[in-house]
Amino acid sequence: MTAPSLTERTPLGTETPPILEVKGLWKVFGPKADRVVGSTLSRMELKEQTGCVAAVRDVSFSVRRGEVFVVMGLSGSGKSTLVRCLTRLIEPTAGEILLDGDDVRKADEKRLRELRRHRMAMVFQHFGLLPHRCVLDNVAFGLEIRGVPKQDRYVRAREVVGLVGLTGFENCYPDQLSGGMQQRVGLARALAADPEVLMFDEPFSALDPLIRREMQNEVIRLHHEVGKTMIFITHDLSEALKLGDRILIMRDGELVQMGTPDEVVGAPADDYVKDFVSDVPRSHVLTLRWIMRDPQPDEPLDGPELGPDVVIRDAVHSVMSADRPVRVTENGALLGVVTSAEILEVIAGGQS
Amino acid sequence: MAPVTGQATSAVTAVTTRLRGRKYLLLAVLALWVLGWALLNGRDTLQLGGAELTPLHSTLNEAMDAIDDGRNSNPFFLYFVNYIRLFLDQAVTLVQALISQPSFGRPVPVLGWLGVTGLATAIALLYGNRKSALLTAAGLISFGLLGLWEESMDTLALTLTAVALSLAVGIPLGVWAGMSNRFHRLVTPVLDFMQTMPTFVYLAPLTLFFLIGPASATVATMIYAVPPAIRITAHGIRQVSPDTLEAGASLGATTAQSLRLVRLPMAKQTIIVGVNQTIMAALSMATIAALIDAPGLGKTVLKALQTLDVGTAFNAGLAIVIMAVVLDRVTSAASRRVEAERRAGRLLTPGARRLQVTGVLGVAAVLGYLSYTYVWAAEFPVQANVGPYVRRAADGASAWAQDSLVGFTDAVKNLLTNGLLNPFESLLTGSPWWLVFAVIVAVALLVGSARAALATAVGLAALVLLGLWQDSMVTLASTLVATILVMILGVVLGVWMGRNDRADTVLRPVLDAGQTMPAFVYLVPILGLFGPTRFTAIIAAVVFAAPVAIKLVAEGIRRVSPTTVEAATSAGASTWQLISKVQLPMARSGVTLAASQGLIYVLSMVVVGGLVGAGALGYDVVAGFSQHQLRGKGLAAGLAIVVLGIVLDRIMRAATERADAAAHRGQPHK
Amino acid sequence: MMNSRSGRIRALVLVTGMGLLLNACAGAKVGETPAAAGGGGSAKACGTLNLAINPWVGYEANAAVIAHVAEKNLGCKVVKKDLKEEVAWQGFGTGEVDAIVENWGHADLKKKYIEDQKVAVDAGPTGNKGTIGWYVPPWMAEKYPDITDWKNLNKYADLFKTSESGGKGQLLDGDPSYVTNDEALVKNLKLNYKVVTGGSEAALITSFRQAEAQKKPLLAYFYDPQWFWAEMKLVRVNLPAYTEGCDADPAKVACDYPPYVLDKIVSKKFADSGSPAFQLVKNFTWTNDDQNLVAKYISEDKMTADEAAAKWVAGNPDKVKAWLPKS
Repeated sequence: MTAPSLTERTPLGTETPPILEVKGLWKVFGPKADRVVGSTLSRMELKEQTGCVAAVRDVSFSVRRGEVFVVMGLSGSGKSTLVRCLTRLIEPTAGEILLDGDDVRKADEKRLRELRRHRMAMVFQHFGLLPHRCVLDNVAFGLEIRGVPKQDRYVRAREVVGLVGLTGFENCYPDQLSGGMQQRVGLARALAADPEVLMFDEPFSALDPLIRREMQNEVIRLHHEVGKTMIFITHDLSEALKLGDRILIMRDGELVQMGTPDEVVGAPADDYVKDFVSDVPRSHVLTLRWIMRDPQPDEPLDGPELGPDVVIRDAVHSVMSADRPVRVTENGALLGVVTSAEILEVIAGGQS
Repeated sequence: MAPVTGQATSAVTAVTTRLRGRKYLLLAVLALWVLGWALLNGRDTLQLGGAELTPLHSTLNEAMDAIDDGRNSNPFFLYFVNYIRLFLDQAVTLVQALISQPSFGRPVPVLGWLGVTGLATAIALLYGNRKSALLTAAGLISFGLLGLWEESMDTLALTLTAVALSLAVGIPLGVWAGMSNRFHRLVTPVLDFMQTMPTFVYLAPLTLFFLIGPASATVATMIYAVPPAIRITAHGIRQVSPDTLEAGASLGATTAQSLRLVRLPMAKQTIIVGVNQTIMAALSMATIAALIDAPGLGKTVLKALQTLDVGTAFNAGLAIVIMAVVLDRVTSAASRRVEAERRAGRLLTPGARRLQVTGVLGVAAVLGYLSYTYVWAAEFPVQANVGPYVRRAADGASAWAQDSLVGFTDAVKNLLTNGLLNPFESLLTGSPWWLVFAVIVAVALLVGSARAALATAVGLAALVLLGLWQDSMVTLASTLVATILVMILGVVLGVWMGRNDRADTVLRPVLDAGQTMPAFVYLVPILGLFGPTRFTAIIAAVVFAAPVAIKLVAEGIRRVSPTTVEAATSAGASTWQLISKVQLPMARSGVTLAASQGLIYVLSMVVVGGLVGAGALGYDVVAGFSQHQLRGKGLAAGLAIVVLGIVLDRIMRAATERADAAAHRGQPHK
Repeated sequence: MMNSRSGRIRALVLVTGMGLLLNACAGAKVGETPAAAGGGGSAKACGTLNLAINPWVGYEANAAVIAHVAEKNLGCKVVKKDLKEEVAWQGFGTGEVDAIVENWGHADLKKKYIEDQKVAVDAGPTGNKGTIGWYVPPWMAEKYPDITDWKNLNKYADLFKTSESGGKGQLLDGDPSYVTNDEALVKNLKLNYKVVTGGSEAALITSFRQAEAQKKPLLAYFYDPQWFWAEMKLVRVNLPAYTEGCDADPAKVACDYPPYVLDKIVSKKFADSGSPAFQLVKNFTWTNDDQNLVAKYISEDKMTADEAAAKWVAGNPDKVKAWLPKS
């Protein structure tokens, strides 16, 4: 089982306009929720004074086309609420959500339905399958709702069932399948609609570790094959680091940090995040950029060349086997050097 | 870790001290009550003699007269009620024409015994399973053997019509109540009212609206049978997993799509349980509806009661029990079949299923044709009548019991009446009403909540206003004693049944019989054993209510996680410790449910109690049904029974909530 | 599974087929045997008679005989409806009940339906005399002969104590269908008794049976005619004699119950219809013994109502003849 390395990540066009833009999003549960918007009280104070719970507080971010965007946080941090606000499965209290420039919050009932039917689809933690329908009918469910004729929707459903590796199980019922396979059905159901954005709400946390790893690889594979934009909710840091192009960390409804995996690990925004990432093997996440140093005057500069975005783990062999400092270069320009000393320090777990 | 444990310990101490404090307060209240009773005995007891009326009762009487008088001129009756009546009459008559009554100019119904048996067995086979099909065939043939084919079919016709209409009304309303919280809140008290209001109260007035005949009987049956259909459907719709619903919504399903494709299919099994309960309710009412000339077995039972003919009553009662068991087992099998199909995929491919349906129905059609054409298949052979033997056996058993057990039963009666019922009743009826009022409200506050206390105060005030305070207190005393006995039986037998499968197999049919055998059947034997006393009424209530309580407790015990039981056993718990420390506490929700259901069942027997010497509210209702000038009082008594039910239910529910909350707070932080 | 299933179907078809064959040879067809012909022409003249059946056997005896004669002699179609009195009276208003053939008093209902609504009319007495009173089982009258005088009741009050009577003697009241003055009587006659409501006729009769069988004391409200008299001769306790008007004020009653003249009530519509069945109902009278005999046929001998009626009619052709309309 070879996991595709993170270095193989698709390069992202930062210049294209984001597919999804969220600005100042609030979700407050409780009486007179809209009055709470903008409040700076802490969660406890808010609960005591207004009886409200602010599940999402002033969160803004944008998701680029084709990106895997991970929202991470512990339970109760508001991440699931956040993702449900995006298609208004939970009605946001305030803020703006733009899908390709369309204001989702302003959509009327009908347009919202169209949006859910065609443009955004979701995979759920507890699968949410229909127990009285076989796999094929579950996968075709979204198409049925859209009004696609029976023959057409079965053709499409078979195609997607093949894509998620469930061929041969079309006529099984959900409770005849293992958890991992049930989630493949959930995945296929979401894919069947061919949406622009796929959302995953902790899809693998109900699965056991081996299956979870298999499913994560499956998502990576699918991402390569269909190239969908994905928004992925998880409470598992290693999952976030493994899948995410960028990670948004939430705590008590607020955005704590947003950045690439190596940014999160290399430069935690506060003690909360630092504590969080303390157990992560840094060499698996950080790139050479994070440990390279300026060459010292007496150092030879004819060692092997590596790019700055090479993950340390993948550079270990080259650096350790080279008898002189490895040069880190980008577009021909020398950014710095890396020696076994820097590598060892990271692997030994020393604080940088 | 340490501070957490510390916190938890202090929370536990706080809870226990608070609880202990309440306990002392409760004792103080009760002590004050006894003192007050001793000092003020007989004052302000609001006694009202059997034939005495309050102005309210007379007003109610006049109001009912006014409705009576307006019936022929009021457009509401002329255009609305009359059409409903016509429709209902037609519906019942049609089903009767098919299976029970000579019709279409023929001396026999369209389908004879062979046809009905064939069709019913086919349905049981197609929607239930093989076992239930066999049971159906045996059950239907036994109606013929008991010599009650036509009566049974009349009862079946009335029941099925009422059930079909109840479901036609109940399922849509249940779906609505399942989807809308507001409607659910609105409809729940109405359903409570419909289920606790004694039938006798509305039976006579119904004939003013719908005239004497099948229509009134159907409406009476529906009033009792619609509530479970609504409640259980709503429950089924509500319990559909929110995950699945959300998945549907996220795919853009409309409300209608989500209902049709997600909620209804997923609630199907629960809805069938609702159908089952609706059938049981309808069947139990079909007997009482005989009082307004509803056709069927109920008439046989009531006629037999006139001559105290235990054997004949038992014979017909047996047919009712058999019908109940057949209908129950078939619908249960149907509901399990849905589940089995879900688990194992469809049992047959659609094509094979179609073939099966065609085949089985084809056979049924052949049998139906035979029974349409030939006398031997149309009329059940008279030679095969074993009814007389059953009658004689029942007569013998009843006579033996009345002769030889009476010494023992007398002793039991006197012990419980003098030791428990009389002191309690005299405390309730001998104290001034305001003292009892205050005590009950205080108890509601102490064991329940402020809200429960408020509801209690309103309810008790209503009893005073209804002019039936003392009768209500007498009924309350008997009701509480009966409920205590029901719960003792419920826990003892329920635990036994829950722990022992063989006990379950033996007890279950007995319980089914206790629940469905019309009370009129065993009225005479228990009158012989206990005489016309309040205790007899309590026994009748216990016979009816204990089965439900026992079943619910057993269910709760069975649902206790086997792991926990295993853990306790491995820790060396004795059987007694296992029951008292693990299984009963963990089955608490089942036990609570048993208590509240037991109470409702006991209350629904108050009126029957009135027939065997309980007096008080039950007698008021019965007398109101029989005597014109007491109608208003009967209605008021019916309302008082409903009020008692609501008050007791509120207190019990609040007490459970408080206990749950206390148990929660007491738990260490997780 | 398919195999066994279709196998089963095949077997069923086979069995049914055999049944068909069997039956093609033997078996009467529905409708082949001519049904007993009705009364022919006179049926039209009479039409349908809707008889209310109140729930006691004496009533049923009256109704059974009237129905039998109406069907056999007049060719009427009789529809019997099992109804409590209150509901039966309502039936006059709705046109669903033509006749009630044993009515016990019910002054309030008479006022409402005969005087106020004018939907019912009195059709004369049935010939039966109704008696209401207090009774003891035979063994008591034998053992305590002076118990039949109300003045001695207090002397025996202790005998009648039960778990229900709260230290006093118990007077068991009965069927909720009848108005009783018992509470007032106990109070006004200063008896040391408590009225306990038995609640039903079944409760009264069972109590008397048990009392006689086990020699237990019992004082209870009862009435005549009633089929139970054929089983047990209860002994009446004499209250202060009834005089006209002594029961005018229900609260101050201190005298025995009045003798009831049981009568028949018919709907106005039926009375005006000119149906021969109305004449029959109007003319119908018989004695307490007649009724108790038919009631005994029904309750003790377990005959159906119609069998009982047929038996009595066969033995009393003269009485029946007197009821028939003179044509």
